[in-house]
This record gives sequence, C-alpha cells and structure tokens, in this order.
Amino acid sequence: MNNLLKGILGFGVVGVCLFFVGTMQSWTLAFTIINLCLISAVMALGVNIQWGYAGLFNVGIAGFTALGGLAAMLVSTPPVVGAWQAGGVQLGISFLALLAVIAAMIVMRKLIPAGKLRSLFTVLIIVGGFFFIRYFYAPAVESIESFDSARSGFLGGLGAPILFSWIVGGFFAAGAAWLIGKISLGLRSDYLAIATLGISEIIIAIMKNEDWLSRGVKNVSGLPRPVPYEIELQKEGWFIERVSAFYESSLPLEEAARSDALQQKLVEASSLFVKLCYTGLFLAVLVLLLWLAHRAQKAPWGRMMRAIRDNEDAANAMGKNVTRRHLQVFVVGSAVVGIAGAMLTTLEGQLTPSTYNPLRYTFLIWAMVIIGGSGNNMGSVLGAFIVWFGWIQAEPLGQWAIDYSTAWMGDSHALRAHMLENASHMRLVIMGIILLMVMRFSPRGLLPENNRE
Amino acid sequence: MSTDTMNALVLIANFILVPGITYGSQLALGALGITLVYAVLRFSNFAHGDTMAYGCMFTILATWWLQSIGVSLGPLPTALLAIPFGIAMTAILVIVFDKLVYKHYREQKSSPIVFVIASVGVMFVTNGLVRFIIGPNDQQFSDGMRFLVRARDFKKATGLDEGLTIKLTQGLTVGIAIIAMLSLFYFLQRTRTGKAMRAYSDNEDLALLSGIDPKKVVLVTWLLVAALTTLAGVLYGLDKSFKPFTYFQLLLPMFAAAIVGGVGKPLGAILGGFIVAFSEILLTYAYKKLIGYIAGERPDGLVQLLSTDYKFAVSFMILVVVLLWRPTGILRGKSI
Repeated sequence: MNNLLKGILGFGVVGVCLFFVGTMQSWTLAFTIINLCLISAVMALGVNIQWGYAGLFNVGIAGFTALGGLAAMLVSTPPVVGAWQAGGVQLGISFLALLAVIAAMIVMRKLIPAGKLRSLFTVLIIVGGFFFIRYFYAPAVESIESFDSARSGFLGGLGAPILFSWIVGGFFAAGAAWLIGKISLGLRSDYLAIATLGISEIIIAIMKNEDWLSRGVKNVSGLPRPVPYEIELQKEGWFIERVSAFYESSLPLEEAARSDALQQKLVEASSLFVKLCYTGLFLAVLVLLLWLAHRAQKAPWGRMMRAIRDNEDAANAMGKNVTRRHLQVFVVGSAVVGIAGAMLTTLEGQLTPSTYNPLRYTFLIWAMVIIGGSGNNMGSVLGAFIVWFGWIQAEPLGQWAIDYSTAWMGDSHALRAHMLENASHMRLVIMGIILLMVMRFSPRGLLPENNRE
Repeated sequence: MSTDTMNALVLIANFILVPGITYGSQLALGALGITLVYAVLRFSNFAHGDTMAYGCMFTILATWWLQSIGVSLGPLPTALLAIPFGIAMTAILVIVFDKLVYKHYREQKSSPIVFVIASVGVMFVTNGLVRFIIGPNDQQFSDGMRFLVRARDFKKATGLDEGLTIKLTQGLTVGIAIIAMLSLFYFLQRTRTGKAMRAYSDNEDLALLSGIDPKKVVLVTWLLVAALTTLAGVLYGLDKSFKPFTYFQLLLPMFAAAIVGGVGKPLGAILGGFIVAFSEILLTYAYKKLIGYIAGERPDGLVQLLSTDYKFAVSFMILVVVLLWRPTGILRGKSI
C-alpha cells in the first residue's frame, strides 16, 4: 500500500471518529478536539523537522511551547502603565547594565589572550556583573510586583493584536534554541537532549517565578482574541438571521417557546462558530508551514540535510558544515514549536505557566512524530490527529474499563477506589508502550519517509 | 575564637555542610547509575529518575506492610528492611526493559540517540506505573528516631545562639552511600566480573575477543543500576519526601553530576554529585545571618544569590560551563 492510500485511509478513520464525536457527543467538542489536533500537528511538524530531517533529539518541547505562550501574552495584553512608571526606568537601567557586562566580557576576551589570566577575568566579570545587574534589577522587580499586585503586579505587554504573537513566539523559541544549539551541538549527540531538558525546565521555572514578567502562578487570563466573542455574536443581527434560517424547520411555531429555543440554538451556534474561526486560522498556519517544509525538503537543502543525517562523516568530507546545518535546522524546528505554543495560548485565552508539564507536551509530541512516521511531514500531522484523539478519548475509556472490570469488587473495596482514582495515569503507560512498540516493530511509522522524490 | 565566629561556623555546618553532604551523596548514588549505563551500554538513560521513583515506591509499599504487621527496627527507619524488596522489584523492571527494548537496539547496533529515545519511552511507562500504583502525591514513610543531634540540645551543650541539627536520615544517607560506593569500587577493581565490566567499557571488541560474556556484563550492570537507583531513591525519599515528579526533576542534576565528573567514570560521578549539590546550596542559601556574624551587622536583604525555585538552573549552568570548557568532564571521561 503506498503512502497516499495509507494517508487517505488514516485521515479517513480519524475523520469518521470525529464525525461520531460530533453527532453523538457534540460538534463543539469535536471542534475542540480538532483545534488541539491542529496545534499538536504544528508542534509535531517542528519536531519532525528536527528529528526527521536531521536526527536531532529535543526533549524540551514543553519549554519552547511555553516560550510561545509567553510571547502571546507579552504581545497582546495592554501595558500596565503604573507598573512601568513604578519600575520601568530601573528595569531599563538593569538591562543596560546587562549589556555593559556583556560588552565588557567581549572587550576583555579580545584584549587578553587565552590562558589563566583570561579565565580569571571571565570569572571576575561574571561574578561582578551579577551583583552589578542585581543592584538595579532587585528594586525594579520589587516596585513592579508591588504595584496593584492583586490585579496586575506585572509590566503587561504591548497591547498589539494577538496574531502577531505567533511570529514573535517563533522568534522567542528560535532564540532559545540558538543558545542551546550553540552550546551543545557538535558534542555527543545525547548532550543536546540533556541540554534541552535543562533549558525547558528553566524557561518554565522563570515563567512561574518572575512575576514582573508573566505574573507567575497567578496566571494572566482574558487575553484578547483574534476571533469574535460568543456573547457579542449572539447579539449580531446577521448571526441571528443565519441561525434562525438554518434551524427554521426545527423551531416550534409558538412565539415564546420559539424565542427560547432560538436563544439556546444561538448559544450553541456561537460557541461552534468561534471554534470554527480558530480552526480556520490554525489550518491556514498548518498548511502554510507544511508547504514551506515540503518545499525545503524537496530543495537541495533538504537533500543535504538527509545526507548529513544518514552519514555525517561522508557529508563532512563533502565539505558540508555539519554543526552549522544542525544548528540551523534545530533553530527552525524550535521556531515552529514556538509558533504552536503561541497558538495554544491564543486558543486558551490565558497564560498558565504551571500547566507546561513536560510529561504531557514533550512526550505526546514525540509519540506523534514516531507513530506518524519520522521524516514524513504528513505522517507527523496524521500522528498528531491520531495520538491526540486517542489521548482525549482514552481517559473516559480507561475509566470505564476499570470501572467495568472491577465492578465485582463492590463499591467499598479500597483497591477499586484506588484504581479508579489513578486510572488517568494508565494513559501514560499505554502511550509509552505504543511508542516503544512502534519504534521496535515499525520504526518507519504509519507513513514512512518517501526517499524517491 | 569569639562566639560570633563559632556561631558562624555552626551556621555553615548546619545549613551548608550537612545538607550539602547529604544531598551530594544522594546525587552521587544516582549519577553512579547513570555513569554505569553510559560506560557499559553507552547511552544517556532518561528513565533513571523514574526508575529511582519505582524502586522507592516498592520500598515504601513494603515498609507500610512491615509497619502494619508490627515489624520495626527501633530507632532506625523500617524502610531499611524493605530496601532489598525494592531493589529486587527494580531489578526485575530494568531487566525486563532491557530484554524487551534495549537488547534489540544493541543487536541492531543502533545509534546512541535511538537508545535515548527508547529510554524516554521507558521513562514514561515507568512514570505511569508509579503514578498508577502509588499516585502522584507526596508520601511520608520515615519512622523511628528523628534526630541524631537536636538544635536545642546542641545549643544547651555549647551555649551558642545557633543550633546544629543532624537528622538520623542524613547520617544514614552518608553512611549507606559510603558503604555502597566502597563496595562498588571493590567490585569493579577487584572481582573478576567487575574487571570484565571495565574491560567491556574500555573496548568492547577487545573484551569480546578475550572471551568476556557480554550478556553477563549487561545483566550485572543492570543489577548494579537497580541497586544504586533504589538506594538513591529511598535515601532521598527518607530525607525529604517521596513525590514522583520530584524524582523526574532529579534527572537534570544527576546528568549534570555524571557529565561534570566525566562521563563513564564512577569516581567522576561521585565528585560531580558533590559539586552539583554544593553549588546548588551555596547559590540558593540566604547569607543574611552569616554575614551578620562575620561583619557584626546584619544586611537588609536576605543576601540570597538565587531563589530556591531556580536550583535546577544551577545544575544547568554547571552543565553549560562544562560543555563549553571541557566537554569530557573533569576526569576526562568518554570521548565526545
């Protein structure tokens, strides 16, 4: 069976499943799942660019996602003028101090040749610079965080349309990836994995603790939306007309009952409409990125990347700068993950730093890429749809399975209660086993990479 | 010596030395396991933290059972009796995973990164099992005597303002860690199997030519790893508390420790463990009181270099410095 057929079959099965969710549960739920599938697909695409194109293993997907989320918040929330007045200048000075320390470091390393003296000065500048920056930074943070701390206590953002943040999120993640790649690429291949694990934990820790920047665990909610709000939609003339025209036949004739029924339909339809708007936006991003990724893969650049992945030494001997290419592809892939992170926060409408759980983000995305087929972009998308759908539906299914299989124990049995309580963790085990099985028995995934192009 | 100097010394001992040595021993035991897998099986084992949690979990379950039938070690924690059971269960787990997962890739001679991904898969299965069996919450399982040295008694005996507290679990951690490390080194240096392991680690082909059985080497390595992880997990859990997610987070400091010391070098892992532990404590300790005793006047702020929320950043910074400065680690470990 060739890839095209398999792809149509795979997406067909997912489509039928989603159709059943739509008709049997609700269409709003179906589109909630689809939206998250689309975002996961973008993330999986980013990881596939790193792993499938270049064989780079990124364990810090949660961190890059979080950076995208931070970008969404920083771009869209209106600036908190009071906080800027309270500590903005000092914060600016501490930023200048940071630049000064970096400049001093660069000048020193130019002037002094490598050796003991240079190491000594490096340490001195780092230690001295730390205290120098903190001297301005600590009071700035204190005055910003104490400004109206119950409601804001942070600097806010730019107040720009949130859609811009999707690009900014990509740049944020790319910056972090460049830093990490610069340090750890070119060394043992597993050092990159460890370094990404580290930077991801640090990014999340910073977002949880630097209240002046992200409000930390107090969260920033009510981010502006790129799509209309349900409440406003329900009052719009054209929307009411469309909905009543659509449901004309099913609405009761009697006036009072009719208006009640219409109101209920309006609530449902507005929520579905909002979901559909998001679906359109996400789909546009996904299609654009897929097209770009496809072009890159078919171009000479893509051939070079595959050559490097399949035999680094040979590619090196042919004059390709392996480390540089790795850095490039790592940055691009992380940027895609960052875009997805910004999309996710846009969809949720709030930034909650404590939800960036590495077990959930990093692992699930990896499962999507491996199951879908490493190296195949459409495979990653298919993997994202299947894995996310399975992940969402496995929870009630697992609950039901345990409920059913332990029913004979009786409701008061401690073991039954315990298993029901912890049933959701079984998903991790099952997903892990599926991942290991696919790696072992079908390492090319559902849609294998097509090498003849 | 003046009272202030004495007070300052006690303060350092109480808040830096004692916790540093304890935490360092725990990290060292964990990093030893990582480094053994590096040396013999040649990959970074991402499942290590969760294997620790797994071993600790079975020790806790056995401890609860022992407590329920009234077994007790008197002043010592009952968990010590349960450790062998934890080690046995962990040994079964890691050997099953080796047979089902890693063996295949060894035979295929897959690249190290494939092993790493497989170990991430194993990590999630293990993590899920732990959460399913014992739940994601904090568990306390320490019993017996709490303290070796109490702050109150210490103050009374010495007449100082500052007290010194040494918990029994801290003493136990250091004692057990020393015994475990000494026996590990004896095993690696003196016994036939240990020498075979080192030979296999140095040069696989040569070792195979000399008639060393690779299956046995791999099996023994996993047994050692099971014992070390369970010990590290139980000691950490006794000293602090058991929470599955904390154990996952320990992965980063343990990797940092293994890499700082020199990948694949057992001595390096121990050295690295203490470097990471002391850096973490020195950078996150609030120096307010200490400066007060030394300078005679307490400063306004806490004088804390980094908030404790960033202790993982310390391991990361150490990792970055080592990668930039000497990627093979202090003791020149395996090549890059």
